[in-house]
Amino acid sequence: MTLLGRFPALTGVDLDISPGETVLLKGPNGAGKTTLLRLCAGLCSLASGQGWVLGHDLSEERRMVRRRVALLGHRTGLYDDLTVAENVGFWAQAAGASHQDVDEALERLSLAGRLADTRVGRLSAGQRRRASIASLVVRRPELWLLDEPHAGLDQQSRDTVDSLVRGAAAAGATVVLATHELERIAVLEPRVVSVVGGMVRSGGGDSEGDAPTDGDRRVS
Amino acid sequence: MGTAVFRDAWLIAGKDLRVEMRSRVGLNQIVPFAVTVLVLFAFALDTDQEALRTYAPGLFWVTVLLAALLAIGRSFAVDLADGASDRLLLSGIDPIAVFGGKALAVAVQLVVLEVLLGAGVVLLFDVTVHRYGLLVCAGLAAAAGVATAGTLYGALVAGLGVSETLLPVLLLPVVAPVLIGATRAFQDAFGVAGAEGWAWLGLLAGFAAIYGVFGALSYGALLEEA
Repeated sequence: MTLLGRFPALTGVDLDISPGETVLLKGPNGAGKTTLLRLCAGLCSLASGQGWVLGHDLSEERRMVRRRVALLGHRTGLYDDLTVAENVGFWAQAAGASHQDVDEALERLSLAGRLADTRVGRLSAGQRRRASIASLVVRRPELWLLDEPHAGLDQQSRDTVDSLVRGAAAAGATVVLATHELERIAVLEPRVVSVVGGMVRSGGGDSEGDAPTDGDRRVS
Repeated sequence: MGTAVFRDAWLIAGKDLRVEMRSRVGLNQIVPFAVTVLVLFAFALDTDQEALRTYAPGLFWVTVLLAALLAIGRSFAVDLADGASDRLLLSGIDPIAVFGGKALAVAVQLVVLEVLLGAGVVLLFDVTVHRYGLLVCAGLAAAAGVATAGTLYGALVAGLGVSETLLPVLLLPVVAPVLIGATRAFQDAFGVAGAEGWAWLGLLAGFAAIYGVFGALSYGALLEEA
């Protein structure tokens, strides 16, 4: 069980994701998708029960989990007063990545050149999102956790996100994402996991917002 | 723990200082605030020049502490603004390095502030420096003490809706020994009292060392609970 404040955000989660798998978390707003992603990233603690991510115990080894995952959340994780290149460079150095990794990430996310020397605070929402993704790409994570990765993006940036997800999946990384843009992700043939009211149902093709049946397990 | 911790601490400090230089919040807001406080003290005691000279060390350090609250609060606000605090957790950087880097960045800003305010005190309060060595050592040790304690308490209140008001309530009593020790050392350096300045410097260094060790050891647990 995971708590948000004093309230259980997820209860009785029973979810097994294989390495290299792509999983789509589906469910209405407030269902617990973000909490589940943050839990997998080691940013939320388990109030009860057990969980393992990439072989690490979520109760005892959250720091080990964090080193190996990338979480693209609603916020960019960037510093407005630093340029794109400085931001990506900072997170790259923190992860032990090289200058070449930074250049490649900027190129891949169409941020090289003038944009690289622009302060993040002066970028559009789509450009900021791409810069945020670039700062994650340099880490070469084994598990991608993407929370509404298409939200607020223009067509070019949405295509960039799609390319990222396809590239990560093709490279053998595990991808877990929560999005309402189902048709964009369908090409990856993800396993669909429904999250409704803090409960998780795995493998369904059920419609969004369906109430779980009595046979469903409550999930964190 | 090894060279990686020092490298990462340097990385964090460099990032924080670069953000501050670019934003110019320190230059455009914190320094003018501190100078204004000094000038207000001068206005309040203006009729008594001797009192100004006598109390200059204490007024100087009260001003530094008030400005330090702003610098420390901003150090954490910058990380919280767009989720960088989560990224720091996910980066895998040792919490000791995060603590050391943030404390170092705050200390550097405080030293710069002390230099500017020191010039202001000499001009406004008409004091003369008799012991430059003591002045410099006490200034550095006090900055280190305030920065280490401030970084620890800043992390404690970061993310709370009341952090701006809670930080002074928690931190100012804790750094009272720094205020006392630094004031005594500066009294000796300015020649306005017969205080044992070097002995008080020992207190300042001890305070900085204790909070440095305590902060390094507890910062990880603090970040987990934040």
